[in-house]
Amino acid sequence: MVKPPDDPRTLHYLNERIIPRNQDCHSDKTAFSVVGKTYPKPDAYEKVTGKARYTADLKRPRCLVGKLLRSTHAHARLVRVDVSKALQIPGVFACVSGSDFGELIGIIPWTKDEPVLAKDVVRYIGEPIAAVAATSESVAQQALACIDVHYEPFTAHFSPEQAMVPDAVLIHSQAPGNASKSVDWEFGEVDSAFARSQVEVSGNFHFEATTHAALETHAVLAEMGADGRLCVWSSTQTPYYLHRELATVLGMPAHQIRVIRPHIGGGFGGKSEPFGHEICAAYLAKQTGRPVKFVFSREETFLTHRGRHAMDMDLRIGYLPDEGLVMDYQALLDGGAYSSYGMITTYYAGTLNAGLYRVPHYRWKSQRVFTNKPPAGPKRGHGTVQPRFAIECLVDQLCEKLGRDPIAFRRELALGPNTETVNGLRIGSSGFVTCLEKSADQSGWYQKFRKMPFGHGIGIAGSWYLSGTNYPINPESNPQSNVQIKADRSGLITLFCGAADIGQGSDAMLRHLLAEELGVDPNRCKVESQDSDICPVDLGSYSSRVTLMAGNAAISAARHLKNQILQVIAQDWHSSTKQLMIADDRVFHLDRPEQSMSFVTALNRAESVLGALGSTGSYNSPNRGGLYRGALVGPSPAYSFTVHIAELEVDLNSGQIKMKRIVAAHDCGRAIHPQLVEGQIEGSVYMGMGEALLERYETAKGLISQPNLLEYKMPTILDVGTIESIIVESPDPDGPYGAKEAGEGPLHAAIPAIANAIYDAIGLRLYQTPFEPGQILKALESGHCYKPGLPRELS
Amino acid sequence: MPNPCRLMVNGEIWEGLVDPFETLLEVLRERLDLTGAKQGCSQGECGACTVLVDGNPVMACLMLALEAQNTQIETIESLATQELHPLQIAFVEKGAVQCGFCTPGMVLSAKALIDKNPHFQEQDVRAALAGNHCRCTGYTKIIDAVMSLSTGAKHG
Repeated sequence: MVKPPDDPRTLHYLNERIIPRNQDCHSDKTAFSVVGKTYPKPDAYEKVTGKARYTADLKRPRCLVGKLLRSTHAHARLVRVDVSKALQIPGVFACVSGSDFGELIGIIPWTKDEPVLAKDVVRYIGEPIAAVAATSESVAQQALACIDVHYEPFTAHFSPEQAMVPDAVLIHSQAPGNASKSVDWEFGEVDSAFARSQVEVSGNFHFEATTHAALETHAVLAEMGADGRLCVWSSTQTPYYLHRELATVLGMPAHQIRVIRPHIGGGFGGKSEPFGHEICAAYLAKQTGRPVKFVFSREETFLTHRGRHAMDMDLRIGYLPDEGLVMDYQALLDGGAYSSYGMITTYYAGTLNAGLYRVPHYRWKSQRVFTNKPPAGPKRGHGTVQPRFAIECLVDQLCEKLGRDPIAFRRELALGPNTETVNGLRIGSSGFVTCLEKSADQSGWYQKFRKMPFGHGIGIAGSWYLSGTNYPINPESNPQSNVQIKADRSGLITLFCGAADIGQGSDAMLRHLLAEELGVDPNRCKVESQDSDICPVDLGSYSSRVTLMAGNAAISAARHLKNQILQVIAQDWHSSTKQLMIADDRVFHLDRPEQSMSFVTALNRAESVLGALGSTGSYNSPNRGGLYRGALVGPSPAYSFTVHIAELEVDLNSGQIKMKRIVAAHDCGRAIHPQLVEGQIEGSVYMGMGEALLERYETAKGLISQPNLLEYKMPTILDVGTIESIIVESPDPDGPYGAKEAGEGPLHAAIPAIANAIYDAIGLRLYQTPFEPGQILKALESGHCYKPGLPRELS
Repeated sequence: MPNPCRLMVNGEIWEGLVDPFETLLEVLRERLDLTGAKQGCSQGECGACTVLVDGNPVMACLMLALEAQNTQIETIESLATQELHPLQIAFVEKGAVQCGFCTPGMVLSAKALIDKNPHFQEQDVRAALAGNHCRCTGYTKIIDAVMSLSTGAKHG
């Protein structure tokens, strides 16, 4: 076997992946009959009636309850894990520990460092050590209590600074200095640019760790079939990666494994990698011959984490009137105990900073560090939310210093369409300036900014995000997304695609594209996406990739099917396919208005000539990006753009922020299903607002301080104020009918927009999330607060 | 010691033996296969397990099955028989459903509101749904859906 190089993102790989540009993209259509219209989401009916089955709702005969024993130490040698007593308890059918598994797991092929169950060492409080399968919850609990574990504690590190001191105890022997990943880039001439800059601003920012808190906790059910095939139902955003990991760790041929993704109760990035409990369920099902189900408690889901990295950021920005911005950025990421997606996080954090605005000079140094805490990973806006917070806060300070309006200044700085960033990201379409204009109009920006009374504020921020990344996690030459379509003589068209609908509505999106391309009623179209036995591979719901990638694949397949049907009808009508079209469920002849036939008749005619009707489509991203180390992580076929304007009131007695309104304009290229796009914008705004004001994933000596939804504070319906979404469409040449992402990009700007609004309200600059009443009240009581824009004595 | 328990759920009588510590949620989900009520936290914070007990929204994870005797229990499964309830139609049409995990609880909390006060205003909706977390929608379309059924919306 050829070992991949230390870092795969090198020229060596770049040269291997030669994919013709744009061959899989379908942005050539401009008039639509289904796209742009809202139809009910097909899964909504099951969900609103309680019929939708999520993993925890599934029942199999003779199912055993799976439970994990978790570490009580943050960092210790596992001297002994003895499960023999547990196995003697009646009702206990199997009990396994780390020694049962040879392979390490991990989503990134080059950083597989996580055991299925801890072996030799535990690295965080809550790390799974042993797994049991028993007849009931209480028997399983009893069994866990009988497992004899002997720990020999090591020094544990609870902060990156602590983990980085020279000669610190190593959390992973292969990671000297407890360094998980570092990135070091310089583009342009940063030092000389600062020397000539007109104005400079800088700050040290801290973004607190947060977690996904999807309402559905992790759950998995596994069963061996009588035919020796394994079936795993799991609450996962990435069924394909789970499939691969199961095959590798269990040593089973992949074709003997079936992964089913039932309805998913939210993901937000927290379910996007294969987990130890999923492997354990399969292993225990194999061992016992009975189905085994794990349903995590809320606390266990908090312990599994993979949430937003806490990030310390030092940022210095200079303004060069003729060129744009110069940026010197350093970030320290608290990675927790394992790599998870951390290698990508560390790259993503740096990738998008040199864009949105013109930044011809950019230096980035980031360091992800292992600590003895639950692993951090990808959360909505992966790695890029934290650095955008600091940038947009400092851009607001730049405007203040320069006496410029924040909207006019951003418009002047905006990197427009068909441009390239200094780090080699190629931007196709950009609706950023339109986002600025529309959000300003709708929010009444010019009547409010610096004009409201003390305590009332309005703030703006921008952001951008990728629509999938060109470079897949597993560097395979296979397509990133595949679609198959079956056309039935009943008139039912079924699209099969493994893209994971986790509630965002990718099934509805695919159905829209299928109906649009075929020219038929969406109600005769159906999407099957849950079952790996019948659905071709799509890599999963992460990095905002599904609409662009699966969408393009769906259009390819639908176009192919349409051509098959039209070729038969064209022959019948002694015509060419170019003269025919399908619209409103009928086939028409463009030059002979009297000649038409129903779609179902045409379908049956085509089947009688060609036999079974079906088609396939695939998508692979174009090969773009710079030629430096790390250049391929982050470049995307297309980028979305967002502007948020937040309006709020600071309670001068308590320091509490009362959100009044957030207006969010988002450029999604083309809104395939506008209601779903709005839903993504509104949900992102909400989640950003939570991170700005409330959410804090904190540990005390490695133990999570808020392992429940009472103490981990998330906004309720009483806290969110009014969220207004504005869809901006700048069709991108790489998107399906021009579409770009909408699921993550509308999050980032909420946080700096709120920070900037707080400044507008009380003249207080905030450098640390969440903006809790305590830090605001302290400033109010110090007497240093004032209304910006007014002389201090008046405010 | 298991105790005999008799529950009236969605107009049907269920009788069985339950442990004194068994919650209403566990009995509904595990014994009656009414899995529309979801378990999101088991601490009465997320609201995904909301059912109606004598018309009032109750977190089924905080109520013992034995406590729920001599009451009328309504779960999401009872709402639509031949046709969807207007609230269900509104949730579907207004795009108030994303992952759907909070949806049954949201719909039932909203039903308790509109059954008692058809002239409700937006602040009433917010108050009625304050115990139901949604992590997907930002609540915007949920408010739209419920407000579309208010008879008093115009007077707001």
